[in-house]
Amino acid sequence: MTKRFLKPTEDPLWLRLFLGAVAIAFIAVLLLLPLALVFKEAFANGVSALWTAIKEPDTLASVRLSLIAAGIAVPLNTVFGIAAAWSIAKYDFPGKTFLVTLIDLPFSVSPVVAGLIYVLVFGAQGWFGRSLADHDIHILFAVPGIVLATIFVTFPFVARELIPLMVDQGRDEEEAAATLGATGFQTFLRVTLPNIKWGLLYGVLLCNARALGEFGAVSVVSGHIRGVTNTMPLHVQLLYDNYDYAGAFTVAALLALLALLTLVFKSLLEWRYADELAAAHRR
Amino acid sequence: MSLTVDTVAKKFGRFPALNGASFVAPQGSFVSLLGPSGSGKTTLLRILGGLEFADSGTVRFADLNWLDMPARTRNAGFVFQQYALFKHMTVADNIAFGLKVRPRHRRPSNADIKKRVTELLALVQLPGLEDRYPSQLSGGQRQRVALARALAIEPRMLLLDEPFGALDAKVRKELRTDLRRIHDHAGVTTVFVTHDQEEAFAVADLVAVMKDGRIEQYGAPADVRRNPRTPFVSEFLSA
Repeated sequence: MTKRFLKPTEDPLWLRLFLGAVAIAFIAVLLLLPLALVFKEAFANGVSALWTAIKEPDTLASVRLSLIAAGIAVPLNTVFGIAAAWSIAKYDFPGKTFLVTLIDLPFSVSPVVAGLIYVLVFGAQGWFGRSLADHDIHILFAVPGIVLATIFVTFPFVARELIPLMVDQGRDEEEAAATLGATGFQTFLRVTLPNIKWGLLYGVLLCNARALGEFGAVSVVSGHIRGVTNTMPLHVQLLYDNYDYAGAFTVAALLALLALLTLVFKSLLEWRYADELAAAHRR
Repeated sequence: MSLTVDTVAKKFGRFPALNGASFVAPQGSFVSLLGPSGSGKTTLLRILGGLEFADSGTVRFADLNWLDMPARTRNAGFVFQQYALFKHMTVADNIAFGLKVRPRHRRPSNADIKKRVTELLALVQLPGLEDRYPSQLSGGQRQRVALARALAIEPRMLLLDEPFGALDAKVRKELRTDLRRIHDHAGVTTVFVTHDQEEAFAVADLVAVMKDGRIEQYGAPADVRRNPRTPFVSEFLSA
């Protein structure tokens, strides 16, 4: 029998080809091409020039600082995100919607404003500026300020990933665990955590990517001291402003490489645990 | 060793879910809480299981002040309408959960746990399904696993919240016959919530008909059917 009409969920071939072409063109021009150019520029003067640029002490210092900032911000925001999602999903309390709105704040506020907030609080003219100076504690234009700004900006990633997931899963399994004699901690470890581990992983990866890449907030509190308070994105900007294009593209390529490694890691896990993922989505 | 529920009340916000429900069930009896939705039967069951707190009233079970104990220490097996199986665990791990979370000095050896899982699967008539995941089972099979999991902790009390509500009529009938057999085998005091009067009357020793957070009538199925005490009960039973 010939087909007389399309299924309600089926579109004509020309439309499918057209939509596919638009999507591919968009990705190619706006995402893949610039990324390829970054790597091309980084290798423009040959591998040995690239290697020299990477071994530059200020560049290495910026890599170290970025890794320190992410290394502190990501674990803290992971713990916070689990705690926030747990309390929002599993308990009812007044002010719950307000708390959810607060968690979203770093997404809606411009990172530059976030940085300025810390200047207002910890700066020389700020609230705690005086007493901090008296005790010789340096937060602004030092590593603590950079870490704080990174924490602020990456605050919502884990919580945002987990809240809808945990709300959707409800409390049934936790209640069942309690009636079977499990303590709260056993319930979390054996029931809740295995149920949220994929969402948690995505949240942590996103949080990490943003922590490494954050520019605006960190730029305000950093003070741009070469080799001391420059993170990788700031270092790219500094090299670029000084017409050191080869150096700028080298660090940019390093940064992009870290992001790509994250993606590869995620895809590997998805591929390795494909069965488990599929099982988790079935009900 | 009987279960005494005395004027238990509970409000959700301003909505009174329970208005002083009372009944006494002898040790080892099978009680059905029967009523339309919103009559408070599930709330009463969840209070018995320690999943909800009563605002007032007392419950005594054996010589225990039941409501002062957290869910974890009541040792009351709970079966949920939507099964609430641990999705990421095999059937065997689901059933063994209550044994594995025990403190070390009360935890059976791995060999004993394995033996117990096999016995329980035989009891609920699902032999050999140890390594399946809940997503690979039918609704009726899942509820059998949930029942086995609740029985694994050798519960003092078995609480079932519309356990067959999501299943088709034929499976419901099979399961309730099996439930009664398992109840008689284990000799455990059982409270069973349902809105299906045929089911309640077929399986229980005692039926509590509930309305608006109160128990309208409580007694043996035959008595309740023969002498409905209020217009609501006679109307509900003839529906």
